[in-house]
Amino acid sequence: MSREYSVIGKRLPGVDEKDKVLGSTVFADDFSLPGMLHAKVFRATKASARLKRLDVSKARALPGVACVLTAEDVPNNESVKNVVGQTTEVGLLEAKHQVLVRERVRYWGEPVALVAAETPKIAMEALKAIEVDYEELPGVFDPLEAMKPSAPKIHGDNNVIASWKLRKGDVAKGFAEADVIVENTYRTPRQEHAHIEPESGVAWVDDSGVVTVRYAAQVIEHYRDIATVLGIPESRVRIIGTLIGGGFGGKEDVTVEVFLALLAWKTGRPVKLTFTREEMGYGRHKRHPYVLKFKTGAKKDGTLTALEAEVVSDAGAYVYLSPWVLIYSTVHSTGPYLIPNVKVDAYSVLTNNIMTSAFRGFGGMQMAVAYEAQMDELALRLGMDPLELRKKNFLKTGDVTASYQEITSQVRLEECARKALEALGPNSQPSSAHAKVGRGFACCWQSYGRMTYLHDTSNCWVNLEMDGSAVVRSGIPDLGGGQRESIRAIVAEVLGLKVQEVQVISTDSQVTPLAGTVTATRALYMSGNAAKLAAESVRRIIAEQAAEMLGARPEDLELRDKTVFCREEPGKKLALTEVIKQCLFRGRIPQALETFRAPFTEPITSDVIKDPVFPDFTFGAQAAEVEVDTETGQVKVLKWATAYDVGKAINLNRVEGQMEGGAAQGLGFGLMEDYLESDGLPLTWNLHDYLIPTSKDMPDIRCIVIESESGKGPYGAKGIGEPAIGAAAPALASAVRDAIGVRITHLPITPERVFFALQGKGGAA
Amino acid sequence: MAKTELYDITIKVNDRTVSARIPAETTLLDFLRDQGFIEVKRGCDKGDCGACTVIMDGKAILSCITLALQADGASVYTVKSLGTPQRLHPLQKAFVELEALQCGFCTPGMLLSAKALLDSNPHPTRSEIREAISGNLCRCTGYQKIVDAIEAVSKGAYR
Repeated sequence: MSREYSVIGKRLPGVDEKDKVLGSTVFADDFSLPGMLHAKVFRATKASARLKRLDVSKARALPGVACVLTAEDVPNNESVKNVVGQTTEVGLLEAKHQVLVRERVRYWGEPVALVAAETPKIAMEALKAIEVDYEELPGVFDPLEAMKPSAPKIHGDNNVIASWKLRKGDVAKGFAEADVIVENTYRTPRQEHAHIEPESGVAWVDDSGVVTVRYAAQVIEHYRDIATVLGIPESRVRIIGTLIGGGFGGKEDVTVEVFLALLAWKTGRPVKLTFTREEMGYGRHKRHPYVLKFKTGAKKDGTLTALEAEVVSDAGAYVYLSPWVLIYSTVHSTGPYLIPNVKVDAYSVLTNNIMTSAFRGFGGMQMAVAYEAQMDELALRLGMDPLELRKKNFLKTGDVTASYQEITSQVRLEECARKALEALGPNSQPSSAHAKVGRGFACCWQSYGRMTYLHDTSNCWVNLEMDGSAVVRSGIPDLGGGQRESIRAIVAEVLGLKVQEVQVISTDSQVTPLAGTVTATRALYMSGNAAKLAAESVRRIIAEQAAEMLGARPEDLELRDKTVFCREEPGKKLALTEVIKQCLFRGRIPQALETFRAPFTEPITSDVIKDPVFPDFTFGAQAAEVEVDTETGQVKVLKWATAYDVGKAINLNRVEGQMEGGAAQGLGFGLMEDYLESDGLPLTWNLHDYLIPTSKDMPDIRCIVIESESGKGPYGAKGIGEPAIGAAAPALASAVRDAIGVRITHLPITPERVFFALQGKGGAA
Repeated sequence: MAKTELYDITIKVNDRTVSARIPAETTLLDFLRDQGFIEVKRGCDKGDCGACTVIMDGKAILSCITLALQADGASVYTVKSLGTPQRLHPLQKAFVELEALQCGFCTPGMLLSAKALLDSNPHPTRSEIREAISGNLCRCTGYQKIVDAIEAVSKGAYR
């Protein structure tokens, strides 16, 4: 059994929680400076057009307007980023976007001009005074249409901007060996992040001339983007991240920071910009909708023989992270199963829809909708128990995936699925004559940590104060999941302190050592490991000093409750403060800066994925019981259970929080959420038409935390943020299938789709 | 621009008298945030998300769709009225201990809806708790630990 820790693995609250319940946390929009201007963004109201005329003179002339900026005023209006790893054979190589529209409008809501004024009201007046004429251009709004040679082009001469493939064995042979073959096409929705805190920040030029932006940032390294756009040295830009009011990938790409920096730099005054809820809809990226054509074969005994799939994602009007999202889709498309013959072709395609990019699950979770539905349908055709079928095919430690990566950690999927199903308890009875109750479950896998060819690193600095309390500096932002608290807990554990004795300064690009992004389920894995390394180095300094003072060996010393003592002779001890005093007297400073490095692999040179892409994977399962009203098509979720092997829970409460929140967000994706557009025109503008789960939509959630301690994170932890969403929607779809006997292949499973599926009018497999 | 007519109002916020001269269209949310009560959050500005919830004359209301003029003479309480760092309100204690929050952005509104519920119905069922907070959207937690925390307080587990 694992050793007993004093902080790790408990349900101890951290420090930030208290500020949050007191209302003391200063979120991005809560911060103001004297003389601050208020900014607004003027956005295009065409999905595909040429900007014929833009006249901001009347807006500039309004009293109280400090500044109106157009593309002409932006030093480097084209922001270009190489998306490492794509081949030159398809589409665009670069994630290009324009800061402000210069000529071509590619989606409804694209930013055209920026306004800064004395009050928000005057800024609104200025938006109304901006005059614009468009020449409408043909657009394309369906990714399959956009792949055709005749389709209007969004950028360059090819709408296909990324393509990745899996090639393993011989699928023709695999299907010939199959006793049953299931073939279906699935569609997944354009999900909105719907974090409750809007994108927001304040920028100013500080008293040493540094352009400073304090905002809700998942990626403080965007100071480099600001420097590029402004044409100033990176050392002259500083990002101070805030505690983030939810993000889920929505605050990963550039949000307000470049606009704010431009306005503060041009006016020399502090500026605030907060997106409206509507703007968060039409102005910000979404989750990629997918079309998933899956053909899966199995033998009579349930052994999988082949998978052939075509995967198409709608990238919207700009590349952003679509090629990377697509790698995730490709690698995860097999599901956590060992399949001897695999052929997967994945494409990401530009359209004139709202752009799509990072969102919790990052292209991996959509695949679970298809691979799990296929497993259920195979089980039905074979008359097998769906868990038995899966058990025959689960990946095991040491197996090699279809992307040629060896599984190095434990795979406890059978245990996850069985425990999730058991947690549902006795079957519920239908509440009316026209109601049907059904159950289902789904398994999933999801990587944690960035793609290894990106050579990811994280830095952390730890210092002991004279009184034995600790200060930590780590660049990692806190997305709301308690990332900062995990760092605090790990340092407290290593140095034998209480969490309240550890101060963590985080997410400041010029003060905290850079730790990378709070994305890709990497914060605990990367920054947790970095914090552990740094704290252990400090502990070593203390142990060496104390060893000299006690006449003992450093390795025989323990550090707990601010006392250093000999493990075998607890009477032989020193107060930590005495040791620190001696350390300082001798110039042996109890501080350390350490770097944690993920495994490094070579860049991908082919669009066939033939080498490991990820550090490791998290595996889990969710189970659902639903009641379907066959008259209205309404699905009510009655019970829910979620079970994941998290490796090691650094804090049990927070791990459960990730699992419960992931279940809810995945349930929303499966049941009700879709950011609708009609030929690029947004239809779901606010949270009364774009619905997310409320407390009444959610049942009680049973959480089963499994700890294999086999992960690559600190103490054997795996990542849980993204994996937690993966199995939710397929579990829901499976339960609905069980209730009504028809498979809904187009998510979300709206009452309308259920109703027509029951009438045999589509939506069914 | 036309000259804006201004109105004098006085609102008791957290037992402190706050007076201001405001245009008629000023929402209670704008008024409160302008007066420094930044613990009241703006999530949607359309009455959809509940982040701006305050308690006015004993009821949980949405300050983003309430005019400040409607609150003239009223008593308004924000989350800052609940407890202090030295002495947390039982709901605050339960939210911290049971981790009934993640990012914390919906938390001030959530706590006030919970308080209004327990003030009028000290022993609600779980389904009554879910009903009472159904206007407060949370995107992080799935509501499980929030419902647990409110229930725990109603059963006297936190004082």
